[in-house]
This record gives sequence, structure tokens and C-alpha cells, in this order.
Amino acid sequence: MIRINCPFCGERDHSEFSYGGDASIEYPALDAPPEQWHDAVFMRENIRGMQSETWHHASGCRMWLVVERDTLTHEIQAVRPAHPAIAQALEDEA
Amino acid sequence: MSAKRLAQGGRIDRSQPISFKWDGMTLQGFQGDTLASALLANNEHVLGRSFKYHRPRGIMSAGVEESGALVTIGSGARRDPNVKATLQELYPDLEAFGQNAWPNVRRDVGALSGLFGRFFAAGFYYKTFMGLPPFEWGKGTGLWMQYEKIIRKAAGMGTASREPDPDVYDHAHAFCDVLVVGGGVAGMAAAATAAQAGLDVILVEQDHELGGDTLSQTGAGAAQRSELLSTLAASGAKVMCRTTAFGLYDYGTAGLLERVTDHLPLQALSSHTPRQRFWTVRAQHTLLATGALERHIAFGNNDKPGIMTAAAGRSYLNRYGVLPGEKVVVATNNDSAYQVAADLQQAGAEVTLLDARAAVSGAVCDAVAGIETRMGCVPMQAKGQHALQGLQLASGTPGNWTAGDTTIADLLLVSGGWSPVVNLISHRGVRPVWNAELACFVAPAVNEPVDMVGAAAGIWDTAACIDSGLRAAEAVIQRLRPTSTQQSAPSTEPVTPQSPAHEHGWENPILPLYEVKVAGKKLKCFVDPQHDVTTDDIRLAHQEGFVSVEHLKRYTTLGMATDGGKMGNIIGLALMAEALGKDIPEVGTTTFRPPYTPVSIGALKGRNVDEHFRCLRRTALHEWNLRHGATMAPAGLWERPWYFARAGETIKEAYEREAATVRQTVGLCDVTSLGKIAIQGPDATELLNRVYTNPFAKLPIGKARYGIMLRDDGFVMDDGTTWRLSETDYFMTTTTAHAAKVMVFLEELLQTRWPELKVTLTSVSEQWAGCAVAGPKSRETLAACMADPEQISDANFPFMGVRDITLHGGIPARIARISFSGERAFEAYVPSDYAEQMMDQLWQAAQRFDGCLYGLEALGALRIEKGHVTGAELDGRVSIDDAGLGMMASPKKAFIGSALRQRPELLRADRPQLVGIFPKNRAETFNAGSILCHADKIEGLGAGWVTAVTYSPALGHWIGLGFFEGGHQGQEGKTFISADPVRKGNVEVELVSPHMYDASGERMRG
Amino acid sequence: MARYSAWTVFKNGLTGQKGWGRAWRDPEPKKAYDVVIVGAGLHGLATAYYLAKNHGLKNIAVVEKGWLGGGNAGRNTTIVRSNYMMPGNRQFYEHALKLWEELSHELNYNVMFSQRAHISLFHSPGARDAAARRYNSMRLTDTPAELWSLEQLKKEVPHLNYHSARFPIIGAAVQKRAGTARHDAVAWGYARAADQLGVDIIQNCEVTSVSRDGSQVSAIETSRGTIQAKKLGFAVAGNTSRLWQMAGLGRLPIESHKLQAFVSEPLKPLLDQVVVFGVGGAHFYISQSDKGGMVFGGDLDWYKSYAQRGNLPIVQDTAEAATSILPCLGRVRLLRHWSGIMDMSMDGSPFICKTPLDNLYLNAGWNYGGFKASPASGWYFADLIANDRPHEVIQNMDVKRFERGVMIDERGAGPDPKLHG
Repeated sequence: MIRINCPFCGERDHSEFSYGGDASIEYPALDAPPEQWHDAVFMRENIRGMQSETWHHASGCRMWLVVERDTLTHEIQAVRPAHPAIAQALEDEA
Repeated sequence: MSAKRLAQGGRIDRSQPISFKWDGMTLQGFQGDTLASALLANNEHVLGRSFKYHRPRGIMSAGVEESGALVTIGSGARRDPNVKATLQELYPDLEAFGQNAWPNVRRDVGALSGLFGRFFAAGFYYKTFMGLPPFEWGKGTGLWMQYEKIIRKAAGMGTASREPDPDVYDHAHAFCDVLVVGGGVAGMAAAATAAQAGLDVILVEQDHELGGDTLSQTGAGAAQRSELLSTLAASGAKVMCRTTAFGLYDYGTAGLLERVTDHLPLQALSSHTPRQRFWTVRAQHTLLATGALERHIAFGNNDKPGIMTAAAGRSYLNRYGVLPGEKVVVATNNDSAYQVAADLQQAGAEVTLLDARAAVSGAVCDAVAGIETRMGCVPMQAKGQHALQGLQLASGTPGNWTAGDTTIADLLLVSGGWSPVVNLISHRGVRPVWNAELACFVAPAVNEPVDMVGAAAGIWDTAACIDSGLRAAEAVIQRLRPTSTQQSAPSTEPVTPQSPAHEHGWENPILPLYEVKVAGKKLKCFVDPQHDVTTDDIRLAHQEGFVSVEHLKRYTTLGMATDGGKMGNIIGLALMAEALGKDIPEVGTTTFRPPYTPVSIGALKGRNVDEHFRCLRRTALHEWNLRHGATMAPAGLWERPWYFARAGETIKEAYEREAATVRQTVGLCDVTSLGKIAIQGPDATELLNRVYTNPFAKLPIGKARYGIMLRDDGFVMDDGTTWRLSETDYFMTTTTAHAAKVMVFLEELLQTRWPELKVTLTSVSEQWAGCAVAGPKSRETLAACMADPEQISDANFPFMGVRDITLHGGIPARIARISFSGERAFEAYVPSDYAEQMMDQLWQAAQRFDGCLYGLEALGALRIEKGHVTGAELDGRVSIDDAGLGMMASPKKAFIGSALRQRPELLRADRPQLVGIFPKNRAETFNAGSILCHADKIEGLGAGWVTAVTYSPALGHWIGLGFFEGGHQGQEGKTFISADPVRKGNVEVELVSPHMYDASGERMRG
Repeated sequence: MARYSAWTVFKNGLTGQKGWGRAWRDPEPKKAYDVVIVGAGLHGLATAYYLAKNHGLKNIAVVEKGWLGGGNAGRNTTIVRSNYMMPGNRQFYEHALKLWEELSHELNYNVMFSQRAHISLFHSPGARDAAARRYNSMRLTDTPAELWSLEQLKKEVPHLNYHSARFPIIGAAVQKRAGTARHDAVAWGYARAADQLGVDIIQNCEVTSVSRDGSQVSAIETSRGTIQAKKLGFAVAGNTSRLWQMAGLGRLPIESHKLQAFVSEPLKPLLDQVVVFGVGGAHFYISQSDKGGMVFGGDLDWYKSYAQRGNLPIVQDTAEAATSILPCLGRVRLLRHWSGIMDMSMDGSPFICKTPLDNLYLNAGWNYGGFKASPASGWYFADLIANDRPHEVIQNMDVKRFERGVMIDERGAGPDPKLHG
């Protein structure tokens, strides 16, 4: 069981969350050409090791989180809210 | 072999005799016995048969490593095959049976296969059974499948019941600071120490009592156990016996199996008591005090009943009060068996001690004073018909044994050394490392808060084990409570206790010995006694190039039996190393996989079965629907009304009536399961405009709009209506199937892609109960329930209008004039608590117009007539154009999916597009799931397919929706084939517009 | 090299098994090969075999970082079926099944392909019709397929849960030619047969880098030295992205996820067919091995992972699915569970294709389906490498299909790798 330290709810089983995907993907503007969208939607670096990824606390606070996790060992180094302003607010608070 | 119960001694309760049945015979044992000890006390030797050769199998151990005494317990629906008799506690009227044998384990016809054993070498089945012998003539799999039938019957071990398991199981969860696995002295010491320091400790032990090896000791060991027990009891540690930590997973999570009632007679069970509990424990730190298991040595016929580990012999004697044999040979290569020999001699057996080593010195020699001891001597071949009767010895040194004399023996106890139980740490993906001095694998230090203590760390001496437990616990205390005011100085040592050689607890070094090979002697030596893997099989695997550990294991099936290789793996590795001319560590070890010991699937599932499997979602109107005659159908996790049959009606009659009634007067349908999302905030409009393909920027307040959203890849994700309640407040409905998916996607967009948008989303699916009121009389029906009916007059409330209203009794409702059926219709939502009141009012009103309740089947008929798409059409591979809704994709704005829907394949004109389908012969029916073909080419992948079919009361014949290459235009009047070879065969059909009824939409708008 | 047969088994039984030679050689890598395949799993070994057999190539090597067949070849639940319906997939998997039917004879190695029937349960009229579409497509392409009524299903598999299932079973779609095979034997059989045709199978040989000469691959650097290759093929499943990046090619439409598999203690025959179901978000498949273990599996662990070990939530989930459909399994004990790394693609369909480099070829993206596909995968990959052009059947199994918008997603799950189980 991976344990994810949700910034809002505390440490919880990963089964409370649903996995999103690679957080490093930058989605292009909606009116960007199909080639850019193709790369964002279909192409993956598929890192073996530490990667930024999104998780959704579906059975908790419903927040999307960015988790720095090693895909080989499952070790988590950091968790932050995916929403930059909320992440900033938490950081300021701390 | 002649074992017998002693008049005294042991931990059994002689005041509580227990009678039980073995293969129909009634036998006696005592409280505190295992099935194995009780059978041994009754002098029963042959308890099982091996997998391949059906050789007789007896008790080989006294614990989890048992590979011989596998039996079936119970009968009927509670029949439990493959139970290790060494683990089964005896209870009154326990019924046990031999297995994998006919007519019984003592006389087994299957043993004839042993005659052909010379042909059944490792992997022989890969080389034959392909075709007609002798040269495997033939083609295809026909002959193999005939052989397979016979092989399957011969294979397997016990027979499982085919009846549903009647027992219940529980899931439980726990958190703790320290999980200590193993209740031997090291574990007890560690748990007590950690708990005394205020840590939250759980100690689990698979046995029914604590003590580990000391349970089988007398004298000092027993005293140490008592002392630790009282310390532990006072420490506050939570102790769970009959509980196995079967797997170690990420983040200090352990899976435990607690056996709650397996030791109790059936009549003692209540229907509320679970048979077993599956615990998920999350620990800050884990100490593995899992002990060590004694190994066998491979020699001729070493699988015979009457041969067991030395520790088992001592356990049966000291713990269960059974003298396991009268003429006992103890064969060892290390010090540990000396005390066993001494104990047995003292209990009255005639003991001969064989030690493979040339000489030993020290206190061990004192222990066996008076016992015939033969140094440099090993067992070469066991003799005896079924069970052990004698033993031919060999003498010399490893690699240079010569055959010696034969001695009479009815029990042979073997100690080939000890293997620390490193299974759990292996689950963490680490490879155990070979310790040549101790001749065993030990765990390496790991990068996780898990430590090995006691014998599991290769420490053999009881006092040293206790010390290792104490030290490990102190280190954990320092880690978890660094500020704690422990008296002991902070440990500077690594948490993992090292085990320097002087500490391992033996006076004389072990002499590694895995196999007794004597030149010129053809011996059948077993490595894995359950699967009948012999030393020759290992060598054959080498000869054929299956030299990696994984190949060896898979080719010979070594270690794949129900003991998980606990008895034989090391011997197998050693033999492969020898064959390769390498050292054991160079050969490596196999990966131990969870579970440590087998776990019932029932426990893993807990109570989440039958109606509790994927718990049913009920709408707020669920009971109301049932009271009003609904037959329900599954819709995802929900159940929704399928149809409301009146007396004597078939489903077809019911839905035809319901659909016709909606078109004629009015019908009511529970639509509560639709997803509902409150979308609020200054940028709510912008969000909707980005996710829907059609424009939402100018949707007026008080209006609803049908919208389609695509996935990023440009294919249709979902559709639904969104209602504008105020400048910044929307109410979105989604399909039942995609409610969660849409919500998650919108949340993802707002939190990760478009954080600049100020919008909050709230799932309100559970908060609102909804009813579709559809039909020409829908306005009158709804109006009859309202305080102010004028609010929904055609003038005040045109098509796609949205407003709040009040139903009788002051019930607040939110309604929209939208239609799925194609009739004038409303969707009305009330807070879920008012659901039934709303339905009562609506139903009362509807009945005045001869209205009806309708379910999914009529809903389907109505929407098919209209050509409205649902999940049957929108199957994730369909573009908005395919669905005939291309005009809803705004060319003036960008939206999710707008870029990738421009990819060339999505723009092809000959893509399958939504069509309506009529049977050529209007009296004919056809089926959804058929393939649409050109009449002259009823083959291949066809030109389309049928997604939905219904009888249309409005049109008076069967109709369907489907997809056809290029759509229906230009195909009118032509004959196509709806091919359904798996059911109905071919039906001639024609293609029409999907809008088969009221194509202009007059009825719903007017 | 002794041919395997009842006769040689008999003969060796009499002569102490002395006559069996190595199943395959253990060659030192040569400096250069005409074709080097990376990955001695089922796909790589089958490719090498068909390159030698069908295309007469002589100078072929398969390099493997561990032991042949040590990855997903030995970690799957051994189901073989061809009930695919999307264009290309349909023909491809049916070709695979036809190769399976003769594979033991072809390889002179008993891969124990047991055509015991694959029974796919359905629980609603909608699911029945969706199955009908799939199985009708099979029938119209000359693949036997059936839809069973509930009555027929009860007769054939009487101990499924017909009484208290949360999702009542209403029937089943059946492919009788489908079944199971002995997974290790397939790897060993291909390895032995390829070896006999002169293919060098080089184990414990890890690729550490890929050397390029412009738009060509020139050589691979391995833990056993430099190996030059005129043509290079990747068949490394979950490790595809890493090799791809070694070749300097950036990203792929692949994510590596882990899938667990389970086996019970051995039992006398309890289930004679393969039974699968998917409903209510659950997904489950089970069969019984010839040794007697119930072999079963469910969903991915739902998060990307290169760790070959699973976690408890899916263990629990799979046990729930198992007992919900076969209630007698409650007392059956789980003996082992393990996991493998799946190369999940963005549409659940594989890649057998050319790459941006002229002499590099890709075989990947097998999702859950790699085992059953392996003979055809090797057959078509060999064809591609030998002829340097994709066969008609695999023309949409290229990485660029997402640029074109080709839709061959059997589930319609969309571009999310974890949804293609």
C-alpha cells in the first residue's frame, strides 16, 4: 500500500486516490495545432525512477495533487496541490 | 515406526481428550494437539501421497514448512483440501481425510506411476504428449487435449468443494508504531521492550501460543519463555496469535491472516463469527522475528514416512508428549540436533547420533554423553516398505562418502542446517545474501524501516536471540521517539542487528551438506518432496541448460508446491551450484513471493461478496419504484426500473404500453441516477464553453442547453444538459454511466490545466432526486402538483426553459423543459428527501390522464424512435460527426477535443455514421449487436453494426439504430443484411434517417 | 540435438536421461549480426525464430538482460483467445490463434495449448449485444464463436454463481478454440527451435546504450561488449521507453503499469474452461492450470510502476471478483501472487512498426494481450524486419496511428493507458 500524505487530509492509503498521469505534460492551448495536442495526449516519457505525477484524492478532499514518486520503488518525496495558487497559499502559510 | 503418547510431559491437556476421525477411523488426541501430533500419537504414518509419483508421505516437520502431511479437513461445503496437518489444531469431532490417492493414502493405485518414474524426469511432458506416439505424429491440439484430461485428473492435490463457501470473513485495519512478526523469544523481547517505552506495538504469531522454539524446549528455554510472557503481558503490546503476517507491501503495510475459528468444532461457531480475518496493518516500523526453518539433506529415499526434521522430533516429544519413535537415528551436520538426541534418549528412545562432521567439542558433547555417536557419518538410503524400517549409512567426508552398514530405525531425524525465514523481507524486492559461515541466506540491510531479529537474522542461541530483540527494539524507540527519556544511551549502531560469528550460538561450525552422494549408488533423493523433485532432476535441468534459478524452478517445479520451497529450495540451489562449479551466492536465490503461507481467497474478499460486491447504488426513489411494481435492471452500479409490468404483462407488452402511453398522454421515469454537478463561479460560463463542443457563452439565465463533450482525443466522452440558474451558477447533468468520469475530468481541468478559472464544482448527484415527466399531458401533470401552475404555461415556460418552482406542500423543485423521449417533457428535481413526495404527487396527477410509470426499456424505445444516442452508440470510438451531431461542434471556438478531432481519419467521409434501420419485412425482428453488411458481401468486418433495436409502438414495427459506412444518405430503398450468425442469422434491412419519429421535433418543442 | 518424442523420452528413461543435450546453446556474442533483437521474451524469441524459419536469415542474435522468458512470458495468466474485432486486430489475433494450434508440432515442444473454451460472461442485455457484435465479427471472418444462453451456460459450468450474484449472469460469449497454454514452455520452445536454426540467444547481456550513425543504428553497447547490427529490433515490453530513449528517440505512446497475477494451491479439476467477466468496474479472468492451481487475475494496480510487486488493494479486489463469480473459491487458498510490468499503450493495441531510424524496428505496446499474441507478433515482426515494410494486417500497428486518428481501441476507453486492461 502506497501511503500518500495529502496536504489537506494527512497520510492516507493510495486506494483513496486515483492515479492521474504524468504531471510534466503541458497541455497546449485549445486552439493549438493537432500536432501539439497529439504530443500532449499520446506521448509519454514513461520515466523509470522519480517522476512528477498527478493523483486525485477521489475518496477524500477531491483535490488533484502533484506527487513526486519513484516509479521503481514507489517512494514518495513530495506532495503538493496541483493548483499552483493553492500550493502557493499552503507554502506561505508554512 | 512406532510412535506413542507418553504418560506425561508436553503442553497438551490430558484432562481434555478429544476424539477425531482420520479417514473414517475414530482416534483420540488431546486439547493442545495438532492433527499431526495426534496422528503421530496414534502411530499413523502414511498421511498423504506426493504429487507426481504418489509416493507415501508422512509428517516431515512440525510447522509451516510441512510438505508431506497434507490432508483434507471437513466435508460438504466446508471441505478444506491441502491442509497441513502440522498446523491444524485438533478439535472435537474433527474429520480429516487422506487425499491425492485412491482408494486411500495407505494403498494408492496411483503409486503405480512410481514404476515409470524413470521416464518421468523433470520436464518430460514438454517433450511428448503432442501427437501420436512414438513420434508425435499428427496436427493440431486434439491428441494433447486427450492426454491433458488424464494429466489433469492425476495432478492437483486435494479436491475442493464446488458448493459456495458457507463461512463469513472479515476485513480489519490497524495502525501501529511497531509490528513485530513472530512470537518467539526475540519477538517477545522486542515487542515488550518497545511497548514498555510507550510505543503502540502489535505482535503477531502464527501459532496459537507464544514461545516459538521454546515451546519445544524443556528446562531453561521454558523458563525464559515464562519470564518473557509475563513481561510482555504487562507491557501493553497487542498480541495476536493464530495470525500470520503473510506479506509485506509498500510503506510498512503488512497483510495478516487471523484464523478465528479454524481450531473450533463446527457446533461452536455462530453465524456472526468470521472464520478468518484479513488485516491490513500499517506500521511505522516492522521487526521480523520470523525465526528459522530446519533443512533436510538429500539422500536415498529421504522422503519416506518416518523421516522428519530434528526440530520436529523434539517438538513432538517436548510440546506434544509424543515419543515419535523407539529406535531413533538423529543425523546432523550442526550442533542443533544434539539436544534433540539427548531429549529423546531421556524420554526412553534408543538413539544413535550421526554427525557428518569429523569431530566436535564442547558442551554439546556432554549433552549426548551415553548416546551412540558416529562422527563423519551420514544417512545414505532409507529402507522400509511404506514407512522407515532401517537405514543404510555412509561415512567419509562431503563429496567422498562410502557406503556403510545398515541399521534398524523407525525414526530418522535430520538436521541439514537452518534457514532464516527471509520470505517477508524478500517481498520488498531485496535479494537475501548468502552467509557461508552459517550456510544460509540472511537478509541484507534494507532502505526501509524493517529489521530482522533473532533466528531470522541468523542467530541461533536463545539468549542471543532475546538480546537481538531487545537491541532492535531500543533502536526503533530511538527512531520513533527520539526525545523519549530512555535510560539507555542512544544507539549508535545501525538498526539492523549484526550477527557476528561468535554470537550465532553454535560451538562448532556447521558442515554444509546438501546431498549424500555415493559413487556407484543409484539413489532416489528428493529435494522437493511434495512435487517429487529429485537431485537427478536438478542435474538434468543443468544438463539441459536450465541453469538460472528461475529456469530451474520453473523447469523442475522445485519450490512451487504448497510449502513454497521452504524445505527444498536451498538444497536445489546448492546442487545447481555444484553442477555449475560455482558458489551458492553466484547461483542466486529465487524470489519469494507473497503469501508466506497460503491464504484463503475468502478472507481476502471479506464480506464484499454477493450483494456486497460493488455495493448497489439506490436512487432516492428505489423503494418507491419497487412499491409501484418496477422490475429493476442493473445500470452500472445502480439499479433502475426496467419496466412496470401490469398483471399478466410480458416485458414486451409492458414497455410497448409504457412507450405508447408517453406518446399519447404522460409517463413518469426516475432519472435520479443521472450525474448532477453544481458549477459555480465567475468563470463557470468560460469553463462550459471550453468543455462543450457547442457554444455556451450566450446561454441565457433560465435556459438549459444540450451539450456534448469530447475527450482530449476528439472522440465523444459524454452528453447531457446544462441549466443556467444565474449569471454564475449552472446545474449540469451527465449520463448515469459517466457521472464520476465527467466530474473527475472537470476537477482535473480546473486544478491542473486551467487554474486561472474561478469555478467551484460540487457533485450534487446524491442531493437531487429527479423525475422525467414526458408526454402530451406532461404540462398538465406537473401543473397539477404546483401551487402556481401558470409558471409553466407554454408562454411562460417554453422549450428548454429552466426555473425553480414549488410543489404542493411547499416542496422546492427545480425543473427544466427538456425532452429525451421526443415528447413535450419536463425534468423535475427535488432535494432527495422529498423524492417520494414528489413522485406521489406526480403519480397521482399522471393517473388522472391515464399516464404510466416507465422504465429503461420504454425509455430506450422512445429514444431509438427519435434517434437520440446513448452509451450503446457512444462507445468511446465514435466522433461527434459519426453520431450525426456534427452541427453541434462549433466551428467558431476551440474546445476540449477540437484539435484532435481534425485528424485525417476522423474526417473521412466513409466513416460509419449513425443510421436508422428498418427490417425490410416490417413484421420481422432483428438484433442489436448484428453486423450490417452489403447484401452481396455477408462476410468480413461488414460495413456497419446495429447498436440498439426496439419495437416501435409509434411506427408499429421493429426499428433499430446503428452505424453504417457513409451514413444512410443515398442508401434509401436498398437492401442490406443485418447479420447475426451467433443468434438469429441474417435479416434483410434498409437504412433510414436515425430520426425515425417526428424528425422536425414539433412534438417536444410545440 | 535430439528430437523430442515419446520415443526419445522412453529411450532416455532407459538410459538415465543421458541423451538430452542443452535445450539451447549459451553462445558468446559475435561482433556483428544481420539482425539483433533486444529482449528474449516470447515476442523477441518468436521473432528470431520466424526470421530464421520464414525468411531464411542466418545471422541473428537475441540479447537479453536477464534470463530468457524471465519477464512477462512467465508472469501472465496464459490465456489464448482471438476475440478481437477492430480492423487489423481481428486478422492479427486470429492468425496468432492458428499459429498456436500448430505450435507444439512446429516447435517440437509441447506448449500445452489447451483449447478448452474461453467463456466471457455477460450480465445485461446491453453487454450481451456488445458481445454479440464482437462474436458476430468473428463469425463473419470465419472464426467459430458462440453466444450461450443462461441454460446452456449452467449446463457447461454448473458451479458459477447463479443464485446470489450482485450482477446476475444472463449468458456468455464463447470461443471454443480459445484456452490456455503453458507459458514457460512457449518461451523455451521458441528458444530451442530458434537456437536449432542458428540463432544466438545471449542471456545476461544488458543493453547499456544504442549507437547511431545519423538515421541508422550502428551498434548496441551491452554488458557483454559491443554488438553491431545491420538491423535492430526492440521487443522489451515494459522497458521499451528506456531503450527508445537510449536510441535518442524521445517519447512513445506507452506507459508501464504493473499487473498482478495469482495462483492457488493445486486442486483436482475444478474448472474446465477459461471464465472471464467484466461488470460494475470489475474485471476478472480465471482458469485452472494442468497442475491444478487456479490461475487468475484482475485489474492493473491503477498507477504507473516499474516495480515487479503488487499491493494489497488489488489482491483484495481480485479475491472479491473471484468469489463473486465462483463462490466455492472462498475456501481455496492463494498460493502466490506476483506482478509484471505491462507496456500499456494509449489505445490498448500494440505496435509492430518501423521507427524514425531506418534500420530500427519496434515491437511493443502489448497491454494485457502479449501472451496470446506472441506467435503472430513474432511472425509479423519478422516479416517487417525482413522485408522492411509492414504487412497489410499490421499497417495500423504503427506509432503514428495517433497522428492519423486511427481508432483500434477494443474497449473504447480513450487515451489513458491504465484503462486498457
